[in-house]
Amino acid sequence: MYGRKVKLRFLFIVLILITLILTAFLVLKSLEENVVYFQSPSEIKLLSELDKKKIRVGGMVKKNSIFITANEVKFIITDFKNDINVTYSGAIPNLFEEGKGVVAEGFLKDRSLFSATKILAKHDENYMPPEVKEALGKK
Amino acid sequence: MLFSIIGHYSLILGLLISLTLIFFSINNFKNSKSFDTKILSFTFLQFILVVVSFLCLILSFIFSDFSNETVFNNSHTTKPLFYKISGTWGNHEGSLLLWLLVLTLFIFLFLIKTKNQPIKYKILTLVFQQVIIIGFFVFLIKTSNPFNYLYPIPEEGLGLNPILQDPALAIHPPILYLGYVGSSIIFSSALAATSLNMISKKWASHIKKWVLISWVFLTLGILLGSIWAYYELGWGGFWFWDPVENVSLMPWLALTTLLHCVLVLEKKLVLTSWVIILSISTFTLSMCGTFLVRSGILNSVHTFANDPERGLFILIFLFSLIFISLFIFFFFHKPNQSNLNNFFWLSKETSIIINNWFMMYFLSVVLVGTVYPIFLDVLTSEKISVGPPFYHKLIIPFLIPFLLIMAIGPKLKWIKSNLEDKVYLISLLFISFLLSFLIVKNFNSNFLINTILISSALYLFFVTLRDFFIMKKNNISQNIAHFGFSLLILSILFNSLFSTEIITNLKVGETFETSTTKIIFKNINQKKEKNYKSVVGNFSIQNSNGKIDNLSPELRIYNQPNIVTSEADIKTTLLSDKFLVINLVQNQDYFNVRYQVKPFMLWIWLSVLLISLGALISLFKKEYEK
Repeated sequence: MYGRKVKLRFLFIVLILITLILTAFLVLKSLEENVVYFQSPSEIKLLSELDKKKIRVGGMVKKNSIFITANEVKFIITDFKNDINVTYSGAIPNLFEEGKGVVAEGFLKDRSLFSATKILAKHDENYMPPEVKEALGKK
Repeated sequence: MLFSIIGHYSLILGLLISLTLIFFSINNFKNSKSFDTKILSFTFLQFILVVVSFLCLILSFIFSDFSNETVFNNSHTTKPLFYKISGTWGNHEGSLLLWLLVLTLFIFLFLIKTKNQPIKYKILTLVFQQVIIIGFFVFLIKTSNPFNYLYPIPEEGLGLNPILQDPALAIHPPILYLGYVGSSIIFSSALAATSLNMISKKWASHIKKWVLISWVFLTLGILLGSIWAYYELGWGGFWFWDPVENVSLMPWLALTTLLHCVLVLEKKLVLTSWVIILSISTFTLSMCGTFLVRSGILNSVHTFANDPERGLFILIFLFSLIFISLFIFFFFHKPNQSNLNNFFWLSKETSIIINNWFMMYFLSVVLVGTVYPIFLDVLTSEKISVGPPFYHKLIIPFLIPFLLIMAIGPKLKWIKSNLEDKVYLISLLFISFLLSFLIVKNFNSNFLINTILISSALYLFFVTLRDFFIMKKNNISQNIAHFGFSLLILSILFNSLFSTEIITNLKVGETFETSTTKIIFKNINQKKEKNYKSVVGNFSIQNSNGKIDNLSPELRIYNQPNIVTSEADIKTTLLSDKFLVINLVQNQDYFNVRYQVKPFMLWIWLSVLLISLGALISLFKKEYEK
C-alpha cells in the first residue's frame, strides 16, 4: 500500500514520539520526587500533618541562640512570629551568624524541632535569600 | 573623572558607529561586487572605541576614582592592584562592558579571517552581529552605565566581595566570556547563511573553527569556575548543580552537540536544520543565562544588583532575537531532502545523531531543573528548589549507553560500515566489566549500577587508549578529546565513590579520632595583611598507616566589606586531595572543622584540559587532502 520509505519514516516518527513522551514522564516523575519545598517557621506551625520529605526552613538566626558542642550545633530560626529549634551536625558556612538570614535543609521531627542536614552557604553579607525576605515580610 | 568622560563618550560613539555600519552594509549588500573596505575600518574603529572605554574603566579602578559609581561600589584603596584590575569585570556594569568587548572583537576577527566566502554572507553576518551589539550598547548606556558620576565624591569605596578576590576568579570571566559571548558569531553567521541559503559543506568547515574557539574557551571558563568553587566555597565539591552553574552548562551542551553536527555536515550535506537550530539555541541559551543571572531571579555570587528594569530589557531583547531567528529559519531555510536517507543504520552519522539525542536529553533535564522552580514561583508563589538527586537520577543511567556509543561510534565509517576487529572490541568490553566488578566489589550500595557505569567508562577509556597505539591518521584530536572524557567520567565516579569526610567541632588543642584518622588541632596563628586579618589554624592529621600531614587552613576577616572567608588548605597528590577547611562560629570557642579525602581530584581538572587540548589540535590541524 505505502512504500517502504513512507513506512520507515512513519515508524521513525512513532519511535520519536514514544521516546519524547517517556522522557517527559520520567523527568516530571523525578521532579516530583526530588523537589525540596521551602517553609517558614510560621507555615510549619500551621501544618496539619508532618511531611516526611526533606524541606527547607528559612528565617533569621535568633540572637543568643547558637549553642555549639563537639559534634552538634543548635540554634533557633525565627521569622519574628514563630520559632523553630534546629539541630545540625555538619559544615557551617562562613556567614552563619546570629541576627543574619539562614536557610537550613533537612527533616522535621515535630512542629518545633528541625533536624538539618545542610546549612546553605551565602555569598555576600547583604544578601538575603528571597525566600527568607518573603517569609519575614509576611509577618 | 576624565577617564569616566572618555569612557562614556566612547560608548556613545560606538553605538553611532553601529548605526553607520548597518547603513553601509545595506548599501554594500545592494551592490555587492566588492567588499566595502569602509566597513572593515569602521568595525575596527568600533572595537577600538570599546577597548578605550574598557581601559578607561580599568584605569578608574586602578586610580580608585570614587567619583565613578561602579568603582565606588566595587573597589577600595587598600585592595591589591591585581584585584583592583580584576574588580573591573567583577561587577554587573564592568562585566557587560567586557561582554560588549568580546562581541566587537569577534565580529572584527570574523571579517578579517573570513576569506573565501561570498561578500553578501560577510555583510549579513555583520548586520546580525551589529543588531546584538546595538542591543547591548543600549542596555549598557541606559540601564547599567559603568561611568555614572557620583557627587560629592566619597572618600573610600565599598570594596569588592572578598570571595571574588582570587586569582582563578580574576581570569574566569574573560575566559568564560570568550566562549559564552563568542557563540554570538556562530548565531549571526548561521542566520546569515540561512537567509542566503548557503548552508553547505564549505560553510560547515568555515564555521567549525568558530565553534571550536568558543567551545574551548567555554570549557576552560567553566573549569576555572569549578576549581574556584572547589577551594574557595569550602564545600569540597566541584559541581553543585547550582542554577548559575547550570546556565553555563546548557550552552556548553548545545555547543558540544553543534560541534559534532558540524563535523557531520562538513562531510555530508545532512542535518542542516539541526545545525541551524543548534547555532541559534547556543547563543539564545547564553542570553537566557544572562537574563536569569542578571535579573536577580537567581541568587548567587553572579547576581550583582536586582534591578527589574534590567531583567525586563534583556527579556524583551531575548525574545526579539528568538523571534527574528525563528522567522528566518522558517521562511528562508529550504531543507534539501535528497541526501536524507542516504546513510545506513550502522554508520558514523547514526552514532553521532544518537549521541546528539542524548545530549539534548541532558540539556532538557538541566533546563527543566533550572527553570521549573522559577515558573512555579511565578505561577503559584510556592518556593522550591531542585537538588543534585534530581540531576543524578535522570542523567547517570543514560550515561551508560552514551559512553558505549561514544566508544564504538568513531570506529564506524561514514555512510555504511561493518565493524572491524570485533574480537578486540568485545574482549575489551569483557575486561572493563571484570575490572569494574573488582573495583566496586567492596561496596554494597548501588552495586549493579556502579559496576555497569564504571565498566562503560572504562570501556571508552580502553578503546580510546588502544587507538593511540594504532595511530590512525586524522582523528588524533577526536581521540584525545574522547579519551579525556572517559578519564573525566572515571575520575568523577571514583571521586564520588571513594571520598571520605569528617566534620566536627574542635577547640584549639583538642584532638578528634576515628578508627582511621586522627585530627590534632595544634594551635592558631594570627596574621595581618593590608586588607584583611587572618587566623591560621595548624592541624596535624594522622591516618591509619602512620603517615602525618600538616595542613593549615585559614580564615580571613576582610576589612571592607567586613566579611569572613575561609581558605581551605589542600594537599594535592597524584592520586588524591586532602582538603581541610575551618570556620569559626560567632562568639564561640569551637571551630567547625571539615576534613575530606578526595581521590582523583587532580584528574578531573587534567582530563578537562585534555578534552580542550583535543579541540585545540583540531583547530590548528591543517586541512587534510580530501
